Amino acid sequence: MKGWRPPAPFLLLLPAILVLAAVVIVPLILSLYSSFTPFRLTQPASLYMFVGFRNYARILTDLEFWTAFGRTVLLLTVALNVEMLLGLGLAMLVEKATRGQRLLRTIMMFPMMFSPILVGFQFKFMFNDNIGLVNNALQSLGLTDQAIPWLIDGTLAFTAILIAEVWSSTSVFAILILAGLLAMPKEPIEAARVDGCTPWQTFRYVTWPFIMPFAYIAMTIRSLDVARAYDIVKIMTDGGPAKRTELLWTLVSRTAYADARMGLANAMAYVAILLSILFTVYFYRKLAAARTQIAAEW
Amino acid sequence: MATVSLEKLVKRYGAVEVVHGIDLEVADREFIALVGPSGCGKSTTLRMIAGLEPISGGNLKIGGKIVNDLPPRSRNLAMVFQSYALYPHMTVRENMGFSLKIAGQKPEEIAPQVEEAAKTLDLTHLLDRRPSQLSGGQRQRVAMGRAIVRNPEVFLFDEPLSNLDAKLRTQMRVEIKKLHAKVQSTVIYVTHDQVEAMTLADRIVIMRDGYIEQVGTPEDVFQRPQSKFVAGFIGSPPMNLKDAEVADGQLVFENGDRLPLPARFRERVTAGQKVTFGLRPDDLYPAGHGIHSGEDADVHDQDLRVILTEPLGNETLVFSDFGGAEWVGRMLNPRRLTPGDTLPFCFDLSQAHLFDRDSGRTLRG
Ligand SMILES: Nc1ncnc2c1ncn2[C@@H]1O[C@H](COP(=O)(O)OP(=O)(O)OP(=O)(O)O)[C@@H](O)[C@H]1O
Ligand SMILES: [Mg+2]
Repeated sequence: MKGWRPPAPFLLLLPAILVLAAVVIVPLILSLYSSFTPFRLTQPASLYMFVGFRNYARILTDLEFWTAFGRTVLLLTVALNVEMLLGLGLAMLVEKATRGQRLLRTIMMFPMMFSPILVGFQFKFMFNDNIGLVNNALQSLGLTDQAIPWLIDGTLAFTAILIAEVWSSTSVFAILILAGLLAMPKEPIEAARVDGCTPWQTFRYVTWPFIMPFAYIAMTIRSLDVARAYDIVKIMTDGGPAKRTELLWTLVSRTAYADARMGLANAMAYVAILLSILFTVYFYRKLAAARTQIAAEW
Repeated sequence: MATVSLEKLVKRYGAVEVVHGIDLEVADREFIALVGPSGCGKSTTLRMIAGLEPISGGNLKIGGKIVNDLPPRSRNLAMVFQSYALYPHMTVRENMGFSLKIAGQKPEEIAPQVEEAAKTLDLTHLLDRRPSQLSGGQRQRVAMGRAIVRNPEVFLFDEPLSNLDAKLRTQMRVEIKKLHAKVQSTVIYVTHDQVEAMTLADRIVIMRDGYIEQVGTPEDVFQRPQSKFVAGFIGSPPMNLKDAEVADGQLVFENGDRLPLPARFRERVTAGQKVTFGLRPDDLYPAGHGIHSGEDADVHDQDLRVILTEPLGNETLVFSDFGGAEWVGRMLNPRRLTPGDTLPFCFDLSQAHLFDRDSGRTLRG
C-alpha cells in the first residue's frame, strides 16, 4: 500500500511557506490574539488571560487615542494634498523641460533615497530654535528677532513635521504623475487647443482626467506611508512635547514599550491598520473609477 | 469670409528646414486637397495653419488677417486628426459638444446642435458611448461630428480616412463631399489617396520635399502635369515614364526601340535632347480595346510581347515589353491573354507627355 504523497510543487514550496509562516503569519496571529489580552511585557503570564474586547472598548473612550487618531488623519489629509499639488507642479515643469530631463528626473528622486530617520534628523536640526537653519535665516533676513520655538509649540511642530514629510515624499507624486504625463497621447491635447481651450482649460478638461489615475496610485501608496508615519516624528519630536504631536504609531510604540502594555498597544495598532485599509480602499475605488473613465488599458 | 493665404511659409525644426517657403491662396469655401508622398510636409503645413506648430518664416493669413502668432483657439477652425484624437474620458455626446461648452454655451443650447450633427453622421444611437466602445469608422465619424458642431470658417483634415477599410472609405468620401456642399466652409484636406483628392477637391496641391510642385484642378493635374513628378504621382496605375533621346524626329529608347515624336512637341525639342516620355496606361492598349480612337487620336501601332496581366474584371492591366523597359497598358472589354503572346498595341501619342529629363519640367507649352 502506497502512502499519500503531497504533490511535488507543494513539497518544493514548503520551505518558503514555513519560513513565511514563521516570520509573518505567526506574529500576525499572535499580535491579533494578544490584543484580546491584558498582556504586559513585565508580566508574561498575562498573555494567557483572555479579556475579549476590553482593550478595544477602552480605546473607544480613550481621548488620548482619538486625539492621536485625529492628528494622524489631519496629517494624512494635509500632507497628501500638499504633496499632490507640489508633485503635479513639479511633474509638469519637468515634462516641459526640453533638455536635461533625465537629470531633472534623477534629482527629483533624491529625497526618496534618504532614510526617513535621516530626514528626521536633518529637519530636527533645521528647525532647532537656537542653532537651526530656519531661525537663523529668518533672523538674518530681519523677519523676526525671536527664536521661534518650532519644535516646541504644538502647531508649529506639526507644521515642521508636515514639511519634513512633504519634502521627503513629494517626489512619489511627481514621479508617478510625470509617468502619466509622458504616457499621455498628445493628440487630444492638440484637439482641445483647436477646440478653443485656453491652457488652463486644456489642463482641466483633458490633461487632468488623464493623469488622475496616476495621482490616485500615488495617493494609495502614500496613504499607507503616512498612516504608519513613525520614524520622522519619532526623531523630530517623539510625539512631544507633552504629546502635542502624538501620532497613532508613536502612541502605539509608547504604550507598548514605555508603558509595557502590549495587549492594549496591539489593539490600537489594529485600529490604526483599519484606518490604513479604509484610506487604501477609498483611493483604490477612486483609482478604478478614474481608470474606467479614461478607458485605460492597464 | 475665410480665405487662407500662405505667403512664403517656412518651417524649420532646429537647423532642418522641412517646408521651404510655400505660397498658396485658398479661396473662400474652396475645397483644397494637399497630396504628396510621405514626409513631404503635408501635416506640418496643416499644423502650421491650425496653429499647433509655430511658423518659422513667412506669413499665414486667414480672412486676410495675419494670424502667425494667434493660438489655435483664436483662429476659428476645426481639425480632424488622422488618429481621431477623441477625448477618451468623454462620451460621444460630450466629445461633440466640448467646443461649445468651452465657448460658454449652455447645456440646453448645446444639446440640439449635437443631436443635429449626430443625425447627419448617423451617430444618434452612439451618443452615450465612450470612444473606446466604438469601431474605427464610428470614431472617425465622431471626430468629424466634433468638427462640424463647431461650425468653423475653415476645416482642416489630416488624412481622416486613412485608417478605414476600402468600403468605409468610399462611403465616408461621399459623406465628406455632401458635408462640404452643406456647410460651405473652406476645407484643406491632406490625403495620401489620390482618388480622394481627385473626387473631393476643387483644386489639388501636390507637394514634394517641402515644395509645392503644382496647384490645379483635378483635370489640370491629371491632364497637364507640370513635372515628371506630378505625372508619376497622379493617376493609378501610374503613368509610364520612360527615358528617351530625340533623334531624327523620333524618340529613341534605351534599347534602340523608337516611337514617332508626337506632333505637339516637334517644335519644342532639339535633336539629341534627353527627355522623359510619359504615356498613361489608358493610352496604351491592345488594338480594339482602347478608350477612344477619336478624330484627334494620333495612334501609333506597334507589336508588343505581353509579360504579365492583372485582370480586374471590367478591365485588365497588361504589362508588356518595349524600349528595354516594362510598360503598363489598360485593356477594356478584356479577353484572355497569355503571357508570352505578341499582339498589336496602340500608343495614343496625342495623349503623350514629354518632360525634360534634367529639370523634370514639362516640354508642353
Ligand atoms: N518634430 C519634428 N522634428 C524634426 N523633424 C520633423 C518633426 N516633425 C516632422 N518632421 C519632419 O518633417 C517632414 C515633414 O513631415 P510631415 O509630418 O509634415 O510629413 P507628411 O507629409 O505629413 O507625411 P505623411 O504623409 O507620412 O503623414 C518629415 O521629413 C519629418 O521627418
Ligand atoms: Mg502626415
